[in-house]
Amino acid sequence: MRAGLVIFPGINRERDMAIALQRSTGHAPRMIWHRDTDLDGLDLVVLPGGFSHGDYLRCGAMAAQSPVMGAIRAHAARGGYVLGVCNGFQILTEAHLLPGALLRNAALRFLSMDCHLRVERADTAFTARWQPNDVFRAPMAHGDGNYFADDDTLDRLEGEGRVAFRYVAQDGTLDPRANRNGSARAIAGIYSENLRVLGLMPHPEDLVDPLLGGEDGKPLFDSIANALAA
Amino acid sequence: MTSKPVNAALAREFGLSATEYDTVLTIMGRTPSLTELGVFSVMWSEHCSYKSSRVWLRQLPTTAPWVIHGPGENAGVVAIGDGLAAIFKMESHNHPSFIEPYQGAATGVGGILRDVFTMGARPVANLNALRFGAPDHPATRRVVDGVVRGIGGYGNCVGVPTVGGEVNFHPAYNGNPLVNAMTVGIAPADRIFLSAAAGIGNQVVYVGSKTGRDGIHGATMASAEFGADSEEKRPTVQVGDPFTEKLLIEACLELMATDAIVAIQDMGAAGLTSSSVEMAGKGGVGIELDLDAVPQRETGMSAYEMMLSESQERMLIVLRPGAEALARAIFDKWELDFAVIGHITDTGRIVVRHQGRIEANIPLDPLEKAAPLYHRPTIDTPAPAPLGEVSDPLGIGPALLQLVGCPDLCSRAWIWDQYDSTVGGQTVKRPGAADAAVVRLDGLMRALALTTDCTPRYCLADPEAGGMQAVAEAWRNLTAVGARPLAITDNMNFGNPEKPEIMGQFAAAIRGMAAACVALDFPVVSGNVSLYNETEGRGILPTPAIGGLGVLDDAAQAVGLSLAPDLDLVLVGETQGWLGQSLWLREIAGREEGPPPPVDLAAERRHGDFVRGEILSGAVRACHDLSDGGLLVALAEMAMAGGTGATLAPSPFNMATHGWWFGEDQGRYILAVEDGAALLARAGAAGVPATQIGRSGGDCLKLPDADAISLAALHARHAEFFPAWMGET
Repeated sequence: MRAGLVIFPGINRERDMAIALQRSTGHAPRMIWHRDTDLDGLDLVVLPGGFSHGDYLRCGAMAAQSPVMGAIRAHAARGGYVLGVCNGFQILTEAHLLPGALLRNAALRFLSMDCHLRVERADTAFTARWQPNDVFRAPMAHGDGNYFADDDTLDRLEGEGRVAFRYVAQDGTLDPRANRNGSARAIAGIYSENLRVLGLMPHPEDLVDPLLGGEDGKPLFDSIANALAA
Repeated sequence: MTSKPVNAALAREFGLSATEYDTVLTIMGRTPSLTELGVFSVMWSEHCSYKSSRVWLRQLPTTAPWVIHGPGENAGVVAIGDGLAAIFKMESHNHPSFIEPYQGAATGVGGILRDVFTMGARPVANLNALRFGAPDHPATRRVVDGVVRGIGGYGNCVGVPTVGGEVNFHPAYNGNPLVNAMTVGIAPADRIFLSAAAGIGNQVVYVGSKTGRDGIHGATMASAEFGADSEEKRPTVQVGDPFTEKLLIEACLELMATDAIVAIQDMGAAGLTSSSVEMAGKGGVGIELDLDAVPQRETGMSAYEMMLSESQERMLIVLRPGAEALARAIFDKWELDFAVIGHITDTGRIVVRHQGRIEANIPLDPLEKAAPLYHRPTIDTPAPAPLGEVSDPLGIGPALLQLVGCPDLCSRAWIWDQYDSTVGGQTVKRPGAADAAVVRLDGLMRALALTTDCTPRYCLADPEAGGMQAVAEAWRNLTAVGARPLAITDNMNFGNPEKPEIMGQFAAAIRGMAAACVALDFPVVSGNVSLYNETEGRGILPTPAIGGLGVLDDAAQAVGLSLAPDLDLVLVGETQGWLGQSLWLREIAGREEGPPPPVDLAAERRHGDFVRGEILSGAVRACHDLSDGGLLVALAEMAMAGGTGATLAPSPFNMATHGWWFGEDQGRYILAVEDGAALLARAGAAGVPATQIGRSGGDCLKLPDADAISLAALHARHAEFFPAWMGET
């Protein structure tokens, strides 16, 4: 399987993501400059975290206009896999590859801490190594992770099984205190209609090594490696 | 501004004394132009020239076999193995952070990052040492909120993890908070970039952000006391753009991977002036600048304004012949300004041209050599009166709860939670997990251990003992994670050096630091001096903040402070029950008195070397050094971090109970081990005092002859202060 990492100016978690991908897939991902449009041969395109274009204007808004985005749109339309984490998730919503938007955190402060995520379904290319309702720990680090969509959209996402992860307490229950950024319905990540585009705010890529505190995030990358092994 | 005649009065306004201005006249042989006066005034400011501190700084030891570059470069460089070097420095941004907390702190982070990556290092960690006024002072909350947001806003965006630091409160910082930011970077040991210009005719290139009118005379502002009018100085504070900084890091590192660069220097304090003067001066050459070519953000800027601007995120580079196209392509790719603004000459002068006129023409050698150097008078700090007997007004349990909840000891989670500590994917020990932060090197097992330390109340009572203690505590914190301490950077924050008492504090602190550095093989490789930290004549506590760096050959050997169940707890080091200048004395007895605890450097070294050996042998499951609050606070911190309580042995019969539990004797550690008896035997053989003080387990701290204190109660008090103070509960 071939993965590519898109580098927008201001992205800063590309090395974390490359380490996680390499660890699970055995291959270093290809680095793709945001002005390039050649995604040929890639099974998975990853938009890593950071502050593309400084988060000026709106998080992800300018990156969503980058030349590479046309190619990513085509890749997704062909049924290609796309993963957007943190700023990558924000870019995917700004590019309308995923619905909704990421607003300022409810407390209006940057949040950097571990959170617990519940796996809402374990039958996708991104989650097959988990069981449904498994809870895993992941660092989060964002100022704008407060997921918002109108009620119709939220109902549709839930009805179509497109909620990927929710912020929960350690025991897996929904608890407003565990939903630190104030996301609608505690949503931490969502899928596209075909379940091949995933966006999430927390950083499973920063928890794939026991030395760095655990391997809670590794099943995401093992799932991807397994699903795209062909 | 430009219409003012250049004379002694204007020189005074620019911060030059009458004698200093006379020297300018002698060097120039004529009345200087406005731009020239500006150049002299910033180069000779306290901030840039270290004119009051240089004679003392020379006493610090700066060499060791592992030191590649000591003080004098943009940052210190030490070899850490695997052919790599760690490059690090700490720098203050105190004055701007009071005037405009967010931008002051943010640009402090940006500036220290540039000092490190200008030498070829990729920044891998940020730390900070912060001192704020009393929590109930009207300005403090605003300053804390702004500074924390500023540090996070900049560091998070550039993608360098903020992994550690310290925060103290004291009324002495009410009008003058301290913001000391430290950056650590990694570079190949044989690819270090320096600032000495060379090669007559070589191009001088400006890269990064455009130049605006912000920060003009910032260095001069940082070299004077504040009065009631400090708000008016807001225009001298720069505005940071971390996005541009991130691009600048990537572009510079990309260029540094080629052989295009002869010399490179960031534009920090005094901007284009200090970078060009220092590069040419160090190289023993001349430099000619054409300001018409400088990328400008505003129209109609004068030569004076451009030379004095402290606009952020700018670098000056001397290129090898023929490298321009290659370099330009890299900066074009990253969408950063790139302009050839001058060339290196053999004249030994800086010549500045603007709009067809020569605006400055100054000989560099006298500008540097004739820079003022003051051996200012000192008065020794009188020895503090002995403390004598102090009775315990509160009892051990209630005192512990009060201490873990006080502003100086309560949980810093509210702060850490606003700093990205994991970006980069190498953070082994995050803030609060261990006595030092531990950051692994990409792709290797080797790791750096990093800490910042100073106990200003000790330094006020006895600056020499306090300076010694600050260095020893940094060494101890690195040791407590299992690291081999290598070197320090120092950030000397003091009041007005023209007052002999203040200069006496400075000199004594240096003496104490130097003694500790020598005894612990822990040289100073970089540093920064911030004087005039006074508002309306009131000085801060003397604060020689120490940034320590150590190395672990195997990151997996690092230990944290989290307690696990069923372990023996062993106290290493000697306890006399020293309460002078302790937090217990201040918080519980309401007194800030007595001498601070003395540091026995030989014992410090012996105890630390023993503890490190035990950690590296794999015998230690958790380790915590004893500092503010003493033994019981350290135990409570270990218990809270690990979610595991402990049952504690009685205090020795020959000592006051509160002295045993809360005394701040130095050179001590708590080790949690599986076999306490074996550890005691090894300690005995090494001549290191050690006592078994209890065993871990349960969900409370069980004190002998007192009520048990539940972890839940400790947590509640520990977590309370910051959110409640900020109104965010």
